[in-house]
Amino acid sequence: MSGPAPAVRAGAGVGRVLRSGLLVLGLPAVLLTAWWVLTDGSTSYFNPPLRTIVGTFGETWFGSPFAESRFVQDVIPSVLRLLAGYGIALVAGIVLGVAIGSSRALRAYAEPVLEFFRAIPPPVMVPILMLFLGIGTSMKIVVIATGCLWPILLNTVEGVRGLDPVLRDTARAYRLGRVATVRHLVLRGASPQIVTGARQALSIGIILMVISEMFAAKDGLGFSIVQFQRSFAIPEMWSGVILLGVVGVLLSLVFRAVTNAVLSWYLGYRQSQHGGA
Amino acid sequence: MPAWALGGAGVATLLVVVELVPRLGIVDARYLPPTSQILGALAERLGRAELWTALGQTLTTWFTGLAIALVAGVVLGVVIGSVPWLRAVTASTIEFLRPVPSVALIPVAILLYGTGMASTLLLVVYASFWQVLVQVLSGVQDVDPVASDTARSYRFSPLTRIRTLVWPTTLPYAMTGLRLAASVALILTVTGELLIGTPGIGRLLGVAQSSGAVASMYAYVVVAGLLGVAVNLVARALERRTLFWHPSVRGEAAA
Amino acid sequence: MTSPASSAPWGSAPDSAASEGSAPAPAADRPGGARLDVRGLRKVYPGSGKSGGGSGAPVEAIADLTFEVRPGELVCVVGPSGAGKTTLLRCMAGLLPATSGEVVLGESAITGPPEGMAVVLQEYGRSLFPWMTVAQNVELPLKEKGVPKRRRAELVRDTLAAVGLGDVAGAYPWQLSGGMQQRVAIARAAAYEPRVLLMDEPFAAVDAQTRFDLEDLVRALWKRLGITVVFVTHDIDEAIYLGERVLVLSARPTVVLEDVEVGLGPDRDQLGTRGTAEFARLRTHVYELVQQAKQGVRSLAEARLTHAVGGSDA
Repeated sequence: MSGPAPAVRAGAGVGRVLRSGLLVLGLPAVLLTAWWVLTDGSTSYFNPPLRTIVGTFGETWFGSPFAESRFVQDVIPSVLRLLAGYGIALVAGIVLGVAIGSSRALRAYAEPVLEFFRAIPPPVMVPILMLFLGIGTSMKIVVIATGCLWPILLNTVEGVRGLDPVLRDTARAYRLGRVATVRHLVLRGASPQIVTGARQALSIGIILMVISEMFAAKDGLGFSIVQFQRSFAIPEMWSGVILLGVVGVLLSLVFRAVTNAVLSWYLGYRQSQHGGA
Repeated sequence: MPAWALGGAGVATLLVVVELVPRLGIVDARYLPPTSQILGALAERLGRAELWTALGQTLTTWFTGLAIALVAGVVLGVVIGSVPWLRAVTASTIEFLRPVPSVALIPVAILLYGTGMASTLLLVVYASFWQVLVQVLSGVQDVDPVASDTARSYRFSPLTRIRTLVWPTTLPYAMTGLRLAASVALILTVTGELLIGTPGIGRLLGVAQSSGAVASMYAYVVVAGLLGVAVNLVARALERRTLFWHPSVRGEAAA
Repeated sequence: MTSPASSAPWGSAPDSAASEGSAPAPAADRPGGARLDVRGLRKVYPGSGKSGGGSGAPVEAIADLTFEVRPGELVCVVGPSGAGKTTLLRCMAGLLPATSGEVVLGESAITGPPEGMAVVLQEYGRSLFPWMTVAQNVELPLKEKGVPKRRRAELVRDTLAAVGLGDVAGAYPWQLSGGMQQRVAIARAAAYEPRVLLMDEPFAAVDAQTRFDLEDLVRALWKRLGITVVFVTHDIDEAIYLGERVLVLSARPTVVLEDVEVGLGPDRDQLGTRGTAEFARLRTHVYELVQQAKQGVRSLAEARLTHAVGGSDA
């Protein structure tokens, strides 16, 4: 009696894995196949066969020697600039956000100005910052940092402001010091909003990484793509577009893994608030 | 001191600082002209048709792109969200395409559409579509299962079900998506104007940059910022209106 | 939804309740309770001219409160709803500055949350840090107090066991039922080893059966720790069952209507104690006082009590 049952369950398990695998990979496979097949005989200049794009991909980005390939010379500097600017914005946004969010007067004082800066579409800051910083690496990092700062800063302010007053009272009643209050109460309590801001900032950061290189640069992923387009190297350009997409997807996967770790309590908490009381 | 007075003081501080910093030589006035010059340039531009035409063009691109994204996002979101197997099949594709940065499409757009409005529209629609779609999907998922069962037991037709059940629940989510999409759409409208050269405020800024008219550049940045503030205010007001009618959906303090 | 999860710890609750009667045995190293003096306390909330739709006029929440709580005493405070009970407690906890008068803990007047005081608030779900486990919630104030690591672990383990939550130390508060969450808040307060424990309607939001268990738990902890406890409640039965004394407050602006001695002895249990004639007498008396307070009576002399009190009051 106990013999066949696990076998049946194992069979069902394999079936389930197959099914979910099919669900995850099915549509992408269909779409890619369609692209492959539909463009295969294409002689259109703008629309080269996927076969050609894939064929040039490795050579374009990972050509030998590897140390001189575009991946090392262009992609990695781009991503490093993004991470540097994003990191600066993250630290500055959270520090300023906690400071501003903790004081009602400071918040009222700063909010209209901050809202204005947040509302400026970040790309228009590129020409302005070029005046001060030229077209070098520092300009690009500052462009990314200033663009990413506002969503992080304003969401942090919002999160700190929305902290439960009962929790604040509890922290005070147990005489938590300033450092412990910020660490255990303010930052953790505001973390859902901080993460929301950081997510918005990440996609703005990627946009700015590319734009800052399209304006003026001598290396970088965005620079390479524009160069391919201007020199009508269309399959290479397409391969760059795809690579940029992959970079975006990878960054968002990393982001999600980090936030899931930071906010694991929040998901359960939210669920209990919804289902329970 | 009431909040609005403090806020006004904050704005005044910014204006004074920007006036003084270049005048005192802390920053080169060629890079940052004093407030008075920026506002002077702005006032002068405001008197010309050029600025207003550009503003109209920017708003047209922005609004068209946003409208397309909204309609597409809502329709696809409701359809995909209401059909479980469609949702399951498309989930991975949506998750993959969503974070693809829209600016990756700039060279493609130029190749396909040149420097006209359509190029920028492509960017705007792509970027704002995902904002709407994702929100609508979570809205459809939020439909009360009990109400859903009730509708099924009364044998509502699919259309009635969507009209009376799915849409009212989804509306606030769609509005949140609209708010997010509105500011993203503005960012990409201006980006397209700056980089591709589609007519609008962004292109004026690019022209001012290449002719070295620094005060005008700042004036256009101020215009873009005020435009952004207006977009945010309108979108937030719209969102609040729908949230007001649906306190149960998002109400944080619901007992 | 929460009932299966909560059944096990409930099971252990009667144990702690039972142990109360048999072995109170105060340990030698207890810090003991501190004396708490409330002298001429008055609290007026300033009229809110700006922000929010509140009326402009200042609100006098507490008119004049003077009473003392002796070291190691358990005093309950009852009054009609809106009697400024929470305001009083927040002033005693140092969370709210008084308009005039003072609260003295031991020798020194309270200006902010004082050392050696722990607070349990009504909103259990909101007073626990949702991003920390049960054990971390209990441990955090101890860390801040500088308790050595080993001692912290010991305190966390012992107090959680004492409130019947030894087996959920690693869970998050929001995974527990309301009653269990309030036990965590009580454990956190007990582990803090305070000399004074303030409780603000801690059981107002839990169901009736859980409430009985938690009442016994508070009595048990109080006897074991020998600390001073001030327990604010709107529930007359609860106040009499728990307290050595019951302070009956008037409606707002608040004064003390009467300071009632509860002669029910040190050992109490839910069935026996609540069934005694003395309990019934006290209950009637306090009930009448609270009813009079609702109608605006502000002193014992004004109160028109239909049931005689004097004779049986020792």
